[in-house]
Amino acid sequence: MSTGRMSGGELRRTLPRLPARPTDRLAAVGAVLLAVIVLAALLAPWIAPYPDNQPQPLRALLPPGGAHWFGTDQVGRDVLTQLLYGARTSLLIAASVLALSATVGVTLGLVAGYAGGWLRDVIMRITDVFLAFPALLLALALAAVLQPGVTTVIMAIAVTWWPWYARLAMSVAASVATRPYVDAARCLGVPAPVIVVRHVLPNSLTPVLVQLSLDAGGVILVAAALSYLGLGAHEPTAEWGLMVEAGQTLFTTNWWVVTFPGLAIVLTAFACNVLGEGLRNALDPRRTVR
Amino acid sequence: MAGYLARRLGQALLVVAGVITLTFVIMRLVPGDPAVAFAGPKASEAELAAARARFGLDDPIPVQLWNYVRDLVTGDWGTSLHTRRPVVEDLALVFPASLELVGAALVLAVAAGVPIGVLAARFKRRLPDVGVRVGSMLAVSVPVFWLALALQTVFASNLGWFPVAGEYDGELDTTSPLTLWTNITVVDALITGNWPILTSTLHHLVLPALVVAAYPAGVIAQLTRAALIEESGQDHTRLERALGFSESRILTRFALRAALNPVLSLIALVFAYSMVNAFLVEAVFNWPGLGRYAADAIRSLDTPAIAGVTLLVAIVYVLANLAVDLLQGVVDPRARAG
Repeated sequence: MSTGRMSGGELRRTLPRLPARPTDRLAAVGAVLLAVIVLAALLAPWIAPYPDNQPQPLRALLPPGGAHWFGTDQVGRDVLTQLLYGARTSLLIAASVLALSATVGVTLGLVAGYAGGWLRDVIMRITDVFLAFPALLLALALAAVLQPGVTTVIMAIAVTWWPWYARLAMSVAASVATRPYVDAARCLGVPAPVIVVRHVLPNSLTPVLVQLSLDAGGVILVAAALSYLGLGAHEPTAEWGLMVEAGQTLFTTNWWVVTFPGLAIVLTAFACNVLGEGLRNALDPRRTVR
Repeated sequence: MAGYLARRLGQALLVVAGVITLTFVIMRLVPGDPAVAFAGPKASEAELAAARARFGLDDPIPVQLWNYVRDLVTGDWGTSLHTRRPVVEDLALVFPASLELVGAALVLAVAAGVPIGVLAARFKRRLPDVGVRVGSMLAVSVPVFWLALALQTVFASNLGWFPVAGEYDGELDTTSPLTLWTNITVVDALITGNWPILTSTLHHLVLPALVVAAYPAGVIAQLTRAALIEESGQDHTRLERALGFSESRILTRFALRAALNPVLSLIALVFAYSMVNAFLVEAVFNWPGLGRYAADAIRSLDTPAIAGVTLLVAIVYVLANLAVDLLQGVVDPRARAG
């Protein structure tokens, strides 16, 4: 690494190898699906057939057809357009929640795991308490007492999610802290914060990455459920759970208003879940079952 | 074993204490002054002071927390602002209905998930396996509220095979009234021999239970498959194969028994998760359980009721985990060390 560059061979050896098995084809499908969804969300203003949140009461509840591929909703908005903008909301929430929980959780977990002792015990007990709530329940209670909105959803879910990352980082840090090379660094007088950042943190990155991809689907489902209950995003923000809620009485008469947002949630969560599982199988050598 | 039991119980108590503290903190986050909410916006300073004194809002926070814990332990979970009844009484009324729904769903999930997992393991990496993997992934990726709406629309509203909503036909309350013992309708109807209500409840139970069962069935199928495949690499499997047992017989007779242990502990974990999923399903099917109660409480910002529901489910979760750990401690001595 002294030259600062890696040859192709070195790079290939450093990167974990992804074995080509049938199950990984499923993960590949998930990766492609997720890439398409992310791209669609990013490009929404340019690829959406109509402007965001443009009600046209005279064109309300049109069935899927030439001008509106997925039909229009009860106030005459193009469903496809709302779906594309809704992807932005869902992905923004998922990314923010995961970034927040991983940052807080990994920081606390690494410090506690490396330091050990009473600090580790206290943080373990605190995470125990948070893990005693099913994620949706705690997020529900928090969102219920705060003002509904996207920011509330992000905060409420992040508060329920960080303990998983703290636990994960703590177990990695605790196992790394006793390795000879860490002992050696300690004997050389390297300060603890430097050891944590240079030797412990890199070891936790792979499991955290796997956990992030496994969790993304769950976060999207919880966020959609909160919006469905009226505790999350609200008009005029486009959000899939909110679209299902607004159209639910129309399911029997105008199926497209509810069906497409639901399918969008299923597809996105499915893509995240299979991709996460594929990554876990490929990157975690302890899991031999494939 | 006694030491393990004491340690595990102590841990559970500590977690419950933390859960109570966290609920207390959440309830303090409610915007606005509870004294104003009680005394009304036009209340004088003296009336506000009286309200504050009445609810102990002048006390230091630790004193308030202590009073809160004391009230909870003595069975005073506050009064619902929405039903105007003690929260404990409300919970006792709605919790059994949720238990009924989640219980039925878990029975369905195990009945479907285990055989599906066995099927996938038997035909590993062949078509049935791929189908099961995709299917179980879809089952855990589907938003429950949407699945509930979809099944309700197709099988109740359009086809009319199942009732749209409710726990049983309301008119049965007059033609064959139910004697309550446990508040769980199915159980009460069964022990009192009330067949009309029993069949009606089971009929109403099918769709919501199927929706709640989707997630646990998917997870159980995945875990059963993984556990079976791991067992099939063990020495005892090689011996059984050498002795001439067929693959199917090895799977169902020997491997499944060993694989059921992780499945059992999973059930306790998905139990609480399903409880919260049931919230959303109950709202759709108007099932008279905890979820519908919580939805009403959220709509009317009924903080004592929200706190009550949160506490109850969290405590159920802690107890379920405790039960599984103790069971595994009994079955497997290695678990006691942890």
